[in-house]
Amino acid sequence: QLSPFRVTVKRLFSTSHSSVDSKEMKKFQLLAHKWWDEEGEFSALHSMNDIRVPFIRDSLLNMSRNYHLGNPLAGVKILDVGCGGGLLSEPLGRLGASVTGIDPLEDNIRTADQHKSFDPVLAKRIQYKSSSLEEMVEESMETFDVIVASEVVEHVADLEMFIKCCSQVLKPEGSLFITTINKTQLSYVLGILVAEKIMGIVPEGTHEWEKFVPPEELEHLLEANGFSVKTVNGMLYNPLSGSWSWMESASVNYAVHAVKSGAQGQSSPTDALSEVESEQPSATTGTAL
Amino acid sequence: TSVAMAVACCRGLLSPFCGRLRAGPRARLRSVVAAASPPLYDVVVSGGGMVGSAMAAVLGHDIHFHDKKIALLEAGPRKEYDHVPDSYSNRVSSISPGSATLLSSFGAWDHVCSLRLKPFRRMQVWDACSEAMIVFEKDDLDDMGYIVENDVIMSALTKQLDAVADRVEVFYRSRAVGYTWPLPSHSCDTSPWVQIELADGRRLQTKLLIGADGHNSVVRKEAKIKNIEHRYDQSAVVATLHLSEATDNNVAWQRFLPTGPIALLPLSDTASSLVWSTSHEHASELLSMDEESFVDSINSAFWSNVNHSDFIDAAGAMFRSAISLLKPSGTAVRQLPPSVAKVDPESRAMFPLGMGHATEYVQHRVALIGDAAHRVHPLAGQGVNLGFGDIACLAHHLSAAAFNGGDLGSLKHLLKFETERQRHNISLITAIDVLKRLYSTRLAPLVLLRTWGLQATNALPPVKVRI
Repeated sequence: QLSPFRVTVKRLFSTSHSSVDSKEMKKFQLLAHKWWDEEGEFSALHSMNDIRVPFIRDSLLNMSRNYHLGNPLAGVKILDVGCGGGLLSEPLGRLGASVTGIDPLEDNIRTADQHKSFDPVLAKRIQYKSSSLEEMVEESMETFDVIVASEVVEHVADLEMFIKCCSQVLKPEGSLFITTINKTQLSYVLGILVAEKIMGIVPEGTHEWEKFVPPEELEHLLEANGFSVKTVNGMLYNPLSGSWSWMESASVNYAVHAVKSGAQGQSSPTDALSEVESEQPSATTGTAL
Repeated sequence: TSVAMAVACCRGLLSPFCGRLRAGPRARLRSVVAAASPPLYDVVVSGGGMVGSAMAAVLGHDIHFHDKKIALLEAGPRKEYDHVPDSYSNRVSSISPGSATLLSSFGAWDHVCSLRLKPFRRMQVWDACSEAMIVFEKDDLDDMGYIVENDVIMSALTKQLDAVADRVEVFYRSRAVGYTWPLPSHSCDTSPWVQIELADGRRLQTKLLIGADGHNSVVRKEAKIKNIEHRYDQSAVVATLHLSEATDNNVAWQRFLPTGPIALLPLSDTASSLVWSTSHEHASELLSMDEESFVDSINSAFWSNVNHSDFIDAAGAMFRSAISLLKPSGTAVRQLPPSVAKVDPESRAMFPLGMGHATEYVQHRVALIGDAAHRVHPLAGQGVNLGFGDIACLAHHLSAAAFNGGDLGSLKHLLKFETERQRHNISLITAIDVLKRLYSTRLAPLVLLRTWGLQATNALPPVKVRI
């Protein structure tokens, strides 16, 4: 377990090719201890669990052959990138998954660790680390069955590198779940004007419209880096009820489920030549879960 | 292992942010203490009566609670029997078809059926001060409800709790004496769980506390939830009666006397259960009089017309003919209640009646169900059915929350339970209270009002179906 001091030193010497944006980090620093106030600054993220957890859970159950409804994600290793205070890691842990939550901000990790510590089941199932995704790549090649990056890609500096790192850390046929905000006029009006400036649903300055990601661009980057996009669903926040729902159009918020292609694609084992190391025995069907 | 985990937890918590001490011998001692922290349950149900036990059993049988830990706290001893005693118990409940469905969803109804129950098809309700009468029955000759002894229900519930003993731990002869509530979830140092202290000094922690501890609920009082309550000037007298002659006995009878309603609930072809709500003095008299006089009082209560007045009878008859012109099928055939021959010795008992309604059913990590949330007059036979309805609703929301990986004690879904149940319960509880007051008088205008009201209601199918 890395001590906080060591990670800080490491970051000082990291290359400039990082997906972590230091300006973004400063924004979240101020809110580091407010994560778990369900009615506070992060209330919209708390209520987003009502749709993003079932989305992740059901997508995984649909691809799996054996599962128990009492412990649906048992045996699944999940990496929660940009876990913040652990708002999404905890429900995934409760559903049986082994979760590793990473966040570049130490204060977030401290808050997350503190919050899970009172529940012995979660304390065992979830591990938090103050780290960037690049730092994970060296130690965790093809380790995870699932990566979730929820409300993260609109804050990263280099999206393509982020996706490449995801691919490296994910097992073949593993799943990547992303939720983020589209870059449209509507998302500017609703996501920034209304959400930040008018209604204060999101703390002001949290988002920059320039960094929003249109689903077409995300899909293109994913497909170009060995992923197959399975689902794109629009999401809508209702500020009056404080709740999220699915929507046809992805013009404001949306969620994506993509699957990393298997080591030998879907055809016979003779089709072997791929860049991914095949130190594991050949990709058998349905191994991810 | 648990000590090691506790030490790891302590070390993980060493951060300037929360100002803990550095690791050292002191911390080692503290970690040993921490390892002895009270066992943590996902749900603790306080109160092992019919409603509390059923709640624990429903959760224990829920697939999404498969690896959760549930505890049930009951102050009394374990209650179960394999075969019913020959005599009937004097505490019975009228179980609605909806409640029967809930009980069969986790296998308890089969046990009830194998022990003892009496279905009834018809309910006749009439006034002592007039001829007005209302009859409830289902068109398709289905059972309207079931009269079941409370002990039979408890025995069935105990069996089904045993079946999930790996998930549900029942603490018999255990009374909770103190509760400590957590601060709102975003606070730092203190435990976020509800702390429970038992009478014998043992302690438990839980993520959600369900109060099913009756109308004098300690959970409700300790949570400082305001309760609107009112004691009626009435007590209910219960007894087990034997009929003069064997009959199909599938009708539940209730007559509204000025002193209160008297009801005869079928137990078998030859026996019925009495629930007579009346003034405290009259109730004491009924208990102390000899058995023959007691039986006479019952028969006279059902058969006598001493409270009729000519005026009301004439007005009622006129209204009835008006209805039969407009709606020929709107008057039902009046059946005659059975007459009683004797009462089971030792079966007479009385208990005071009241109404109550908690202003809130939920708080952070707390929910109230059954009589802890609402208490009604037995005149409508709804008390335990409201409790079972609470269970169905709360279990539905908790099951969904568990399948979403949510925190079980979160107000988000608890408030949904509260809204749904309050919406359903308040109108029914108010209606029962109003009926009780309306029927507690001999005053002519009110009698006329209720006479015509009852006759009209009897003639109108939509209203009857709702009831």
